[in-house]
Amino acid sequence: MHRFTRWTDQRVEDIIGNLLRTGVIFSAVVVFTGAVVYLARHGQAPVDYRSFRGEPSDLRHISGIVRDALAFQGRGIIQLGLLLLIATPVARVAFSIFGFAFEGDRMYAGFTLIVLMILLYSLLGSSFA
Amino acid sequence: MNIVEFTALVWAGSVIAGLLGSLTGLGGGVVLVPLLTLFFKVDIRYAVGASLVSVIATSSGAAAAYVKEGFSNIRIGMFLEIATTIGALLGAFLATRVSGSVIATIFGLVLLYSAYLAGRPRVRHAFDDIPDPLATHLKMNGSFPEAKGMRHYCVHRVPAGFSLMFGAGALSGLLGIGSGAVKVLAMDQAMRIPFKVSTTTSNFMIGVTAAASAGVYLNRGYIDPGLAMPVMLGVLAGSLVGTRILVKAETKWLRLVFSAIILLLGGQMLYNGLAGRI
Repeated sequence: MHRFTRWTDQRVEDIIGNLLRTGVIFSAVVVFTGAVVYLARHGQAPVDYRSFRGEPSDLRHISGIVRDALAFQGRGIIQLGLLLLIATPVARVAFSIFGFAFEGDRMYAGFTLIVLMILLYSLLGSSFA
Repeated sequence: MNIVEFTALVWAGSVIAGLLGSLTGLGGGVVLVPLLTLFFKVDIRYAVGASLVSVIATSSGAAAAYVKEGFSNIRIGMFLEIATTIGALLGAFLATRVSGSVIATIFGLVLLYSAYLAGRPRVRHAFDDIPDPLATHLKMNGSFPEAKGMRHYCVHRVPAGFSLMFGAGALSGLLGIGSGAVKVLAMDQAMRIPFKVSTTTSNFMIGVTAAASAGVYLNRGYIDPGLAMPVMLGVLAGSLVGTRILVKAETKWLRLVFSAIILLLGGQMLYNGLAGRI
């Protein structure tokens, strides 16, 4: 296969396509696992989403979410799955930087780096703003 | 209502939203937030957070299929994502500053405008082969497969498209929707990119745009796992089924029904927002 011997747009897009699909499937499986645990334990409790209280701080940050998920809490596992889902497009952007760099396109590697910085700021830095 | 019943009902509603969203190409987010706020009485901030998560799921799922067809242009998408992600970040920060009623009012207006866009016959601009200096410098011109072979196109009016994309990102971050309609408008109408390239590239961009505001939402406690779980799983299932039956469905009739639903929901959101009930 000739087109797989070099880094071309098509090859980069093929890899990105697989990355996105894997990310979505994997996060859906994690969310579903968390759902089973959550519903089995808290399914009979009443629902209240009428007023906004905001999530407890452990479900707002990566370290807290991982800790809750490892403690096998349903809501923590679901939140971990959602975090993986949010990370999927971020991983796609990060991979694109390498793709453009291997193609020798420094201008677009730079543009993509800007997008990645914005995404990382949102995920990691926005809580301090 | 207990959590099991609530989860099952929200899941079923999300399947329908995802199905309609993918069949009409308008996305599930525009019906999800009204559904959750008006019928399930969920606070609009939780609804917007859950909707945004589902937008990432459908965009990434659909983009995986589209990129392989060779229609989407990753350079156009990546360049414009600078505008959409900055817009999304600002939109999400704005969402944490204003009241739920303001968000509901803007949501209502956007729904009414979307219904108008969806009901209107589409005017397609002819794309051409005359290069634009800025677009050429940015290496945006491309080609896409057609029945007769590869067809070349040139991109125009990059600054106008970039500004519109900033607006699309801000709306996405404020309202938790993909705002694919505005993205397609920017590429198809302003930049004169072929329609098929515009829609697939837009889909590709929606996930990255939504991820930019999702981080802010997560840190501010807007993403509730108990609510986002049935929404994400439901919309994903609905949109997967939708793309499978897309070929057989009568889309013109469906778009008409969908714009009628959006019109109704838009009026409801606007009324409740202005009356301060949301």
